[in-house]
Amino acid sequence: MDKYLQLEHLHMAFRTKHGAFTALQDVNLSVAQGEFVSLIGHSGCGKSTLLNLLAGLLTPTNGVLICAQREISGPGPDRGVVFQNHSLLPWLTCFENVYLAVERVFGGKEPKTRLKERTQEALALVDLSHAQHKRPHEISGGMKQRVGIARALAMQPKVLLMDEPFGALDALTRAHLQDELMKIVAATRSTVLMVTHDVDEAVLLSDRIVMMTNGPAATIGDILTVDLPRPRARLALAEDRRYHQLRAAVLEFLYQKQMRPAA
Amino acid sequence: MSAVILSHDKFQESPPGGGPPPAGAEPAETSSAPPSAPPEAKRPSGWNWGAGAAAVLQATLPALLGLGLFIAVWALVAQQSPNLPGPVKTWASAVEIFSDPFYQKGPNDQGIGWNILSSLQRVGIGFGMAALVGIPLGFMIGRFRFLSDMTAPIISLLRPVSPLAWLPIGLLVFKAANPAAIWVIFISSIWPMIVNTAMGVRQIPEDYLNVARVLKLPEWTVFTKILFPAVLPFMLTGVRLSIGVAWLVIVAAEMLTGGVGIGFWVWDEWNNLNVEHIIIAIFVVGIVGLLLEQALVLLAKRFNY
Repeated sequence: MDKYLQLEHLHMAFRTKHGAFTALQDVNLSVAQGEFVSLIGHSGCGKSTLLNLLAGLLTPTNGVLICAQREISGPGPDRGVVFQNHSLLPWLTCFENVYLAVERVFGGKEPKTRLKERTQEALALVDLSHAQHKRPHEISGGMKQRVGIARALAMQPKVLLMDEPFGALDALTRAHLQDELMKIVAATRSTVLMVTHDVDEAVLLSDRIVMMTNGPAATIGDILTVDLPRPRARLALAEDRRYHQLRAAVLEFLYQKQMRPAA
Repeated sequence: MSAVILSHDKFQESPPGGGPPPAGAEPAETSSAPPSAPPEAKRPSGWNWGAGAAAVLQATLPALLGLGLFIAVWALVAQQSPNLPGPVKTWASAVEIFSDPFYQKGPNDQGIGWNILSSLQRVGIGFGMAALVGIPLGFMIGRFRFLSDMTAPIISLLRPVSPLAWLPIGLLVFKAANPAAIWVIFISSIWPMIVNTAMGVRQIPEDYLNVARVLKLPEWTVFTKILFPAVLPFMLTGVRLSIGVAWLVIVAAEMLTGGVGIGFWVWDEWNNLNVEHIIIAIFVVGIVGLLLEQALVLLAKRFNY
């Protein structure tokens, strides 16, 4: 059970007009069940590529991806994905967006009333029961992202994959959603892999932070274990010495070891 | 509609300034509004009729002015050219025609109502068949790269062909005028539907398709829940353009094929040198086209997310 999610000698190259472009090279990582792992690195370092590989949206050029003792051979509802830009279907209400996922995973096995209950539970989890009959364009960006999270959680995935889930939100909304995510993850004991480029977010949420080197041919530069006790409180951490040490360690990696020429 | 809503805020102040000039320009349309505006506007609560009427005026005045100018120019030209009937004469003739739109005196002498309906029927059949073929074809062309590359040269070659160039082919194949006219409508109105539907399918955001892939939705669900709703606005644009083309072409096609129809009627009245009727037909064609277009715009609005 220690190695719930396993990446071995992962190699990813894209074919482009100017020949092959190596995005990822020799990535090795294992994630335990219930662990929260962040992927951090500069833009273009292949974080999202790595997440898409895990989601099964991309197929690796070389190497193995294993999720719960099974090789990942394509997308599947056992890995819930929260997309960067929420990806809700605009013609469906919040309820219907979540229900689509619930029906796919539990439809046929459970009666319709139970499916509806599951949908409502998921929306309640992200505190959106009141907006369930609204369409995406009628709610705020933060609410849309919460529906996206509810959709992913409602499938009861083995792994939750999040691609910069709060990247497009303002700072206050982001902080609020981070706190909610912490509560939800603590309650559901989900295994989470999250791509981010927000250092504070990574330290606050993660058990481990995977720091990527710059692309092309990016790989894992270093892994930092965040040994802050849970539950973590944002305000208390602001005064915490260990928190600042960890934060400084990530910053040092990003801005000294992986200095990026002005883009 | 919008004018009424506007009256609450933006045009609250407008009656004193905006009222009088329109009153002079279009007395028939506005007789009730401007005189009553000042006292009504001062009413403390309730519906502000004065402001409402002023806003309606503000919204419709340019259009009315344009129409008035158009009719004035028409009247002037008609005065100079004795063969062209003026607005008054045409109006009198129109009243006469529309007082009995559904008479039938043999195959070549039927009421204008029948002529319009026959034309609409031809457009309906031709356009309907074009939709039945064009929309699914557009979906497939948008979805499959190979098919798209395969059909691209044919579509770019045939699309710019003038609709009437297809008429002899229709006459040859169907050996009858009516199917040939429908064929012309079909072939000229199919392209916008194919092209727009295919474009819609190609422009479906990758995110939506990723959602489908992550959820491993069955093909049918992907179609009903993602593809179809995402493409619908594009498809309706294609339908709107198509029906415009179809209605544009019908007059010309019927002029050549004969029978009952607004296009044939124009030709017939030309042979009778009944120019008022030709002018009436032009207005009728314009108004029916406008109504078709507006109906589809309303439909498209309903599906705009």
